[in-house]
Amino acid sequence: MGDLNTAMIEKYRNRFLKEVEANVEEGEWVKMCMQCGVCSGSCPLGKFWEHPPQEIFMMIRAGKRDEVLSSESVWMCTSCYNCIVRCPRELPITHIMHGLAHYAKRLGLVPKNQPTAKFAQMFWDNLMVKGRVNELKLGLNLYFMNGIGDGVKVALKNQKIGLGMLKSKRMNPLEAVGGHAVKDLKGFHAVLKKAQELEDKRLADHGA
Amino acid sequence: MAVEKKLAGYLCTGCGIGERLDTSQLVNIATREGKFPSVKQHAMLCSPEGVKLIQDDIDAGEATHLMIAGCSRRSKVEAFSFRNVAISRANLREGVIWARPDTPENTETTQEMADDYIRMACAEVKFMTVPTPSGEQELNKNILVVGGGVTGMTAALETAAAGYPVHLVCDEDVLGGVWKDLYKRVPFRAAASDVPNGRDVDLPGPEDPGIADMIERVLANERITVHLNAKLSKTSGAPGRFSADIDRSSGPTVTENFGAIVQASDFKPYDANRLPEFGYGKTPDVLTNFELERLAKAANGGPLKRPSDGKVVESVAFIQCAGQRSDKEGHLPYCSGFCCTESIKQAMYFREQNPDCDTTILFDDLRTPGAAGEDFYRCGQQAMVTFTKGQASAVVQNGKGLKVQFKDLILNEDTEMDCDLVVLATGQVPNNGPDPYAQLAVDEAESEEEKEAARQKLAVAPPSILNLDYRQGTDLPQLKHGFLDSHFICFPYETRRTGIYAAGPVRRPMDMKQAMEDAVGAAMKAIQAAESAAQGAAVHPRVGDLSYPSFRKEGCTQCKRCTVECPFGAINEDEQRYPVFNESRCRRCGTCMGACPVRVISFENYSIDSVNQQIKAVDIPDEFSEKPRILCLACENDAYPALDMAAQAGIETTPFVRVVPVRCLGSVSLSWITDSLNSGYDGIVLMGCRRDEDYQCHFVRGSAIAAERLSKVGDTLTQLNLEPERVVVHEVAITDLARAPRLLNEMAEMIGKIGMSPFKF
Repeated sequence: MGDLNTAMIEKYRNRFLKEVEANVEEGEWVKMCMQCGVCSGSCPLGKFWEHPPQEIFMMIRAGKRDEVLSSESVWMCTSCYNCIVRCPRELPITHIMHGLAHYAKRLGLVPKNQPTAKFAQMFWDNLMVKGRVNELKLGLNLYFMNGIGDGVKVALKNQKIGLGMLKSKRMNPLEAVGGHAVKDLKGFHAVLKKAQELEDKRLADHGA
Repeated sequence: MAVEKKLAGYLCTGCGIGERLDTSQLVNIATREGKFPSVKQHAMLCSPEGVKLIQDDIDAGEATHLMIAGCSRRSKVEAFSFRNVAISRANLREGVIWARPDTPENTETTQEMADDYIRMACAEVKFMTVPTPSGEQELNKNILVVGGGVTGMTAALETAAAGYPVHLVCDEDVLGGVWKDLYKRVPFRAAASDVPNGRDVDLPGPEDPGIADMIERVLANERITVHLNAKLSKTSGAPGRFSADIDRSSGPTVTENFGAIVQASDFKPYDANRLPEFGYGKTPDVLTNFELERLAKAANGGPLKRPSDGKVVESVAFIQCAGQRSDKEGHLPYCSGFCCTESIKQAMYFREQNPDCDTTILFDDLRTPGAAGEDFYRCGQQAMVTFTKGQASAVVQNGKGLKVQFKDLILNEDTEMDCDLVVLATGQVPNNGPDPYAQLAVDEAESEEEKEAARQKLAVAPPSILNLDYRQGTDLPQLKHGFLDSHFICFPYETRRTGIYAAGPVRRPMDMKQAMEDAVGAAMKAIQAAESAAQGAAVHPRVGDLSYPSFRKEGCTQCKRCTVECPFGAINEDEQRYPVFNESRCRRCGTCMGACPVRVISFENYSIDSVNQQIKAVDIPDEFSEKPRILCLACENDAYPALDMAAQAGIETTPFVRVVPVRCLGSVSLSWITDSLNSGYDGIVLMGCRRDEDYQCHFVRGSAIAAERLSKVGDTLTQLNLEPERVVVHEVAITDLARAPRLLNEMAEMIGKIGMSPFKF
């Protein structure tokens, strides 16, 4: 995917706003921001962001491509939709944040060990196997995300909850082996394959 | 005017007056103390029957001087507007019963209040005469419009459309003024508001400027006489009979008479040579917004090229607030209010030509007033104009192009951008004549140093536009930054020279659409002034008032206070330095009356006596009664209605106050203050409008002049051996419903503390 990044740089030179407009979901809204800052003020996680949405939009206009696409900030959005509700210009800010994160992922610019990105990948991989999320596996993967020692510690900590869930039949230990799938698993994979084809074609047309 | 005064009293017992007050006692007071031969009572005097009762007496020759007791003089104005009679009104409703609680322990003091208001109204009307026009009036329908720009042309067209002949004086050889070079104009319309979910549908874009068409319409209009390359060398007279000498380079000077004048001299673009930091004058690639219009007009839809080498512009930066909103020497301290939309429009010229052209607007606060306003901002954003909140510090040459250094205010960093062209959004400088009071300052300077300083100020003043031969200078008075003084909120087109109206950017910075709207307003006011002058009636705020000031020449000491202090320059001086009142220039505020130290100036229906008699008519209980008397002189424009409305809202006022409305605090004679203190009043509250820079005074200077005069009243009190707290001056706005009665109540409390006046007899 690195070459897609190079191709995009070549194509848009320093017109990053244009690149965002063409490639990022809802990116055509970025130009309509009037820099009032209501989004940044409304974001419940705003203080943890290196660059709140208002700044991200300004950076896009200022052509700060690398800083935006490799920023942690766009991964910080929890989809609470506060900003969308409050934006006086009615920008779909939440969607733009996810759009930017997705675009960064496509270009391979996600910062290493970005937890949200990591979890998103884990979720995706888990989902792809059986067409539905295997919660037990996803949970275990999360526990052991940072190594075995860490995983055991977390597991022991949550022992009580786990047992309770077992008792009340909220958790089936058999799911750990295989697990059940959607009714038409074959069809599900076919849908995804087709979608990937379409996406690849779009990128090919658009990108380099 | 009737030779004999026939007094007639009318007492309305409606609205609860009959229930709350002893009306037979009120009638007794009017007949015995007020010496009124008759007082008729009616249960609803403002009803057609009540009005007929009064009108019948007038028609029968039984009544020339009317005392109407009932509601405030500000209520039922239409019902009680009888012609050719003098009227005083005793305010028993708002002034008494509504301002006082209806409880048995208050009955006595409430009745005393009503008794006094009857006494006051009876006394007042005896000292009034029926105003009659002076007879010097004639109708002159000609309107003079000074200025051939968009504002002036609009004023001329609107005046002509209303059926009045116009002379348009333009100092250039073509009409159009500063905006004639526009390639496109900022849209005059907003986006459609009724498109569901369509906020960004149908956004307004730049429009044809329409100026050529406007010029054509002016030239083709048979009611409009255009004088090109012309200037006013002398303007004299007054509304209804202005005389103007129009100097024309093309022929002899013509003298024309006018009913009223509109000054629409627009603005001058700010001189960008004062902005060397932005490279203006060093490279032709740095332009002002005005110059860019010419460039765009010359390109006429073709690609815009860099002036230095003709390269097609691929990137352009707009620097907003160039030389504006800054307190730096030589910069304009204000926002010109039109440059943001102007820059959006100009950026769109580039985007339209070349969608790949980078257009960046460096703004601090983007302000988009006007019809299109925010919609036009969105239109620019949709066209991919880049809006960067940043503050430019310098423009430097960078090879063949330019480099703009700026601070990004969102990202908080110093940065720079390359571009082919830089446009400076420079502002408007009002195109006015010299400040008339700067001229007077030279004549009236007391020391040689002051005189020299005043002279130097005058030396850099622009040439006169109107060349008025008024005692108070050649041009219209200014408020701030050279913009004309006009009552900003209530009467925007009024200036401090009656019958001369200001429109457009001479009175405040504005865009073309606003200037056109202004022109319509000023044209209508000018027509109204000409028509009012023909009837000898005042214009705002005492619209229709037929009274005017006259003076007793034998008593006049030629002290010139009236001629100097008149806020409207209405009074000239004759060869012997006696005042010459120009009736139709007068706004009837009475500032001259308050100024006169020998009390020789008066109006037929408002004089030193008419107020003094009211003050003296009040019954002053003795020192031991615990009933102080407070005199309130309240401005009839704001303070008096505020008190009325407070009463309507049920806000309680002290029963010890007696309120006398005055036309303006500027009309207050110091003799009223000393006389009332001498006759035993315990306190005096003066209520005028807000004064000074952000004034609300309907007569501009009246309130300020009064405050100045009254600042010395403390000495008088000390001489009388009285506490200075007994006289206070307050600024009261019409919205001060709760505050105005409180100020009166506070005075009552104060008297409770410092004790009663020892001057009671």
